[in-house]
Amino acid sequence: MLILGVGNVFRGDDAAGILAARRLAQRLPQARVRECDGDLTAALDAWNGEDCVYVVDAVASGATVGTIHRFAAHADPLPACVFRGSTHAFGIADAVEMARALGQLPQQVIVYGIEASGFEQGQPLSPAVAVVVDEVVDRIVKEVASDA
Amino acid sequence: MSAKSRTIKVDYLARVEGEGSLYVKVQKGRVVDAKLKIFEPPRFFEAFLRGRSFAEAPDITARICGICPVAYQMSAVHAIEGAFGVRVDGPLRELRRLLYCGEWIESHVLHIYMLHAPDFLGYPDAIHLAKDHPEIVQRGLELKKTGNEIVSLLGGREIHPINVRVGGFYRVPTRRELAPLRERLARARDLAEETVRLAAGLTYPDFEQDYDFVALRHPDEYPFNEGRVVSSSGLDLPVPEYEQHFTEVHVEHSNALHSVMGDGRSYFVGPMARYNLNADRLSPRARESARSAGLERVCRNPFRSILVRAVETVYACDEAMRIIDDYQPPDAPAVPIEPRAGVGHGCTEAPRGILYHRYQLADDGTIREAKIVPPTSQNQKRIEQDLHHFVQENVDLSKKDLTWKCEQAIRNYDPCISCATHFLKLEVDRSC
Repeated sequence: MLILGVGNVFRGDDAAGILAARRLAQRLPQARVRECDGDLTAALDAWNGEDCVYVVDAVASGATVGTIHRFAAHADPLPACVFRGSTHAFGIADAVEMARALGQLPQQVIVYGIEASGFEQGQPLSPAVAVVVDEVVDRIVKEVASDA
Repeated sequence: MSAKSRTIKVDYLARVEGEGSLYVKVQKGRVVDAKLKIFEPPRFFEAFLRGRSFAEAPDITARICGICPVAYQMSAVHAIEGAFGVRVDGPLRELRRLLYCGEWIESHVLHIYMLHAPDFLGYPDAIHLAKDHPEIVQRGLELKKTGNEIVSLLGGREIHPINVRVGGFYRVPTRRELAPLRERLARARDLAEETVRLAAGLTYPDFEQDYDFVALRHPDEYPFNEGRVVSSSGLDLPVPEYEQHFTEVHVEHSNALHSVMGDGRSYFVGPMARYNLNADRLSPRARESARSAGLERVCRNPFRSILVRAVETVYACDEAMRIIDDYQPPDAPAVPIEPRAGVGHGCTEAPRGILYHRYQLADDGTIREAKIVPPTSQNQKRIEQDLHHFVQENVDLSKKDLTWKCEQAIRNYDPCISCATHFLKLEVDRSC
């Protein structure tokens, strides 16, 4: 199993995915944990050969800040309305579709999107999103336990 | 159609590496305005650096770009070492070249396969290309991975490496650690040569301009870290004189500065400039790749930059193998550093072209002032001129085709701007 945190710790709520991954590294010692802060082609390498992948990324879909989105990306493409405007050169939605096109998508790819309030450079995580990062971590830990 | 007036307006996008928009105005069949607007993060970094220790510069500046952090680190350490009167030679210098090889492979291959090739092959993006031609995209991903592995091994991680310091590295690899890379590079060079053949088979718009190419030139090497700043119009100067000949100017329509030559002319940096000014310094195998691909000795069609990037990828694989074959670990991972007051200048060849840094340092090594001129800034004016001339020559194309070609023309120059153009939305207003 792979946990993939996506984002940039120096851009406000874009840090959410990375921070979630770091906390999951403590809670799920059996999982491989990777951080991606730019080019998501690295994600293709990271999950190659994995059966199960959890991805956490910040999103800006227009929903209320702190909304938790959950998608089974192995079943359907990630919705463009949620993952548009990625700050990443090659975003997670691109990585999923590229893997699907190449026949390399893991059996299960669960993507958590955390609705962000802003991506300003040099800003910390907003308090509203900080709380939700912990909630996402708890949800993933529970999911993993129920899968097992 | 040519008698019509139209405004091509493309707003906008946000990406880590920059934000851009495109605006072209045509009146009675004549292009009267062509603007590329970019917001550049590096401007903030110059202020961030003030008051920080020289030792922090490589790690702070690496954060400017997720695609070419090594370039920022290299220009920073060379500038600061220059100010301190330190020269890094031998295996440490070679390892820096090896690290740069990794970044060129990563960056060039990302650009060739993910950003630029879909334009030529008629796909909106690399994912659609992968559906029809998985073998092409697969090749790009495998090749890029080798670049990632070089940067990971030498830099500590793939993006924003953390192992570079003024004077050398924090830790250097053993020969045994480099051995697996050597094997992968042999395969990577084959893939790079296949990439050259792919690029050679593409159809290129017939578009040539009279450019002033600017790149580094070294007596013996294809340039990465060291050389004089030379131009196709005869400039030949040491790096510390850079600012006497190139100036950053503010333009009203953009928050980004435009870098121009002393007389206000635009210039062209990047792979095509490097190749045109340094083709004789390529490895024999890379030269042969260029020749067999039909790459002219001096290339003036910017759309063919994809082919030049492929040739440079062959070179980077070749050079990386040479360095690994010759490598003998140094006695220490870095040379001793004694800070002193002074000014240091550094210029290295980022994947997208020359990257100039200047630091004014206090006697304890505190940074008093920093100036950073990225390749993006240097190519901006030239990109606008390309857009102007390209639209003028193709003004009768449909809105869809013209927009696509304009974005492709931008992608000729710079992966960071190319990233930005992927999110551009287009409006075309036509009036008589």
